[in-house]
Amino acid sequence: MSRQVLSWGRLPAPEQRLIRLGSRFDALPTTSGSLLPYALGRSYGDSCLNSGGALLATRGLDRYIAFDRDSGVIEVEAGVSLGEIIALALPQGWFPAALPGTRFVTVGGAIANDVHGKNHHRAGSFGHQVLGFELLRSDGQVLHCSPTANAALFAATIGGLGLTGLIRRASLQLQRVPGPWIRGSSERFGSLAEFFALSAESAAASAYTVAWIDSSATGANTGRGLFIRGNHADGPASPTTPKGIRLPITPPISLINPLSLSAFNALYYRRPAAVISDALWHWQPFFHPLDAVQEWNRIYGPRGFYQYQCVVPMQDAENVISEMLRRIADSKLGSFLVVLKTFGSMAARGMMSFPRPGATLAIDFPNRGAQTLALLDALDALTMAAGGAVYPAKDARMSPTAFRQYFPQWQAFASHVDPRFSSSFWRRVTETEVSR
Amino acid sequence: MRRILIMGASSAIAEATAREFAALGDALFLVGRNADRLAAIADDLRLRGAAQAETWVMDARELSAYPALLDAATQRLGGLDTALIAHGTLTDQVAAQASSELMLAEFQTNALSQMVLCTELGNRFEAQGHGCIAVISSVAGDRGRQSNYVYGSAKAAVTAFTSGLRQRLHPKGVQVLTIKPGFVDTPMTAAFKKGPLWATPATVAKAIVKAVQRGKPVLYTPWFWWPIMQIIKNIPEAMFRKLKL
Repeated sequence: MSRQVLSWGRLPAPEQRLIRLGSRFDALPTTSGSLLPYALGRSYGDSCLNSGGALLATRGLDRYIAFDRDSGVIEVEAGVSLGEIIALALPQGWFPAALPGTRFVTVGGAIANDVHGKNHHRAGSFGHQVLGFELLRSDGQVLHCSPTANAALFAATIGGLGLTGLIRRASLQLQRVPGPWIRGSSERFGSLAEFFALSAESAAASAYTVAWIDSSATGANTGRGLFIRGNHADGPASPTTPKGIRLPITPPISLINPLSLSAFNALYYRRPAAVISDALWHWQPFFHPLDAVQEWNRIYGPRGFYQYQCVVPMQDAENVISEMLRRIADSKLGSFLVVLKTFGSMAARGMMSFPRPGATLAIDFPNRGAQTLALLDALDALTMAAGGAVYPAKDARMSPTAFRQYFPQWQAFASHVDPRFSSSFWRRVTETEVSR
Repeated sequence: MRRILIMGASSAIAEATAREFAALGDALFLVGRNADRLAAIADDLRLRGAAQAETWVMDARELSAYPALLDAATQRLGGLDTALIAHGTLTDQVAAQASSELMLAEFQTNALSQMVLCTELGNRFEAQGHGCIAVISSVAGDRGRQSNYVYGSAKAAVTAFTSGLRQRLHPKGVQVLTIKPGFVDTPMTAAFKKGPLWATPATVAKAIVKAVQRGKPVLYTPWFWWPIMQIIKNIPEAMFRKLKL
């Protein structure tokens, strides 16, 4: 059946076939054309789309398989979401060792994008907690992959964008936590130099660190923002889970524009609650403030939005990110959602993993057509010059040249790609000739 | 804690309902055709809180196998007080109107097997003086339409049968619940275009558990199917025969 499937950025996309899997014992469908696993569609661009081919909807593989309350090892089908893992494990004192900025991602998607969280400097990325998984290849082989079994395919599949076959089940090592609470602080900083000082200073004592940047600040205020840090902590018993709301419709135009943005940013930066020296957060607002508004991505209107997330090596990070922020502020094309964080030095387990040592900047851009794309190309030039990389899970437009520089091992990876699997992203960055 | 037989346990609505029961700590006896799938569902339900999750492989069309099934369920759960009858197929109308053999087979699956199980369960629950039989019928059984009257008439039989059974067993303390889902987004209906009338299995499951707990006789789910079906039932036949429904 063909239907409109959008990725999280809601950029216009062609209709594609959606084939639903309801059981991990199902064989791959015998359909013509290429296949790509698709679950909750939280990838922003075209890495979770397969125009002209079929999407294997894996959300039906949503069963828990086993959970050891003593060791914190959980085994689940690949379509189980991280929120569902937390629902089962947190009451027993266990929590994902790495958790991205939304709980509405599945284990399969988290592996395929080797997602990271605010504790990368401690725990690495999602792949570091993966003990193993089962991969169904289109030739019918079912392979158990782990750091010791089928190790090359294990490394190719972590961060492998769903291209190496269908992950059907996976086991994870969770981390021990005292409960649902995070104790920490939020403070203002006036410049990127201050941000890097705070990051370095808090890395040892805080499991989670992240910063929000005021993208409309210019001149001496460039790079100002809020620094948030925290640790799992004891707190009151039986918390009430915060209730969410839903953005019910897509507004006819983007609600994010230069006027609303600079006003909002200035208020957000200056509000009294921005500075809290001793805060106790429930894990949901701490990790996932946006999850409280279902379908918040509609705020950018019917044209959708781009997210740009890059990482740049630490030695040039301050200069490069400062230059990026200047260009973004000058362009007035940015949005409220700007996140800056430093990655730790743990080497990723995936061949194609995005996380690597350095500072990572993520920012949303409402889709304003050519001028937005030109700005993103300019940011790419800076990232490439600095020897950094852009996150495929967030991307809808990077050039084949940029991709091949960011992921120099892409050809070695290509030898592990299942011949029946492909994606719009993969074809875009590998099948087009590189311009010289 | 309820001790619940779930017939057709790997169907989307049944599995979603089983998860609701599991979260309440109930004990479950899961029946289906595929042993691997049943075992995977049972593992999942135990982790979701089911006091017990047993499995039993059988083909629902084997009408002589029901007494043995009920004996096994009663023995393994230490009694039985609730049953959810959720097995079935979505009939290919075009094929079934071309072949009376296929039409009879569909009746076997979607009507007769459910009625046999209701008979066996009804007599046992009557004897023990309590119990709940929840049967998934369909809004399609409210009026025969050219687009699916083979399926619809099988469900009409189930609806009429459970209505009579309910009257008979009500004074004996046994609840009979006729469940009439509308369009539900399940693998059974994967080939259909989905519109605003479509509900998820999870929504339907929550409504079923609430109806069981409250002792309701008939459940239209989602609720808006009740007014829709009142209109469809009341269209005069002279006009109805000209419609393309």
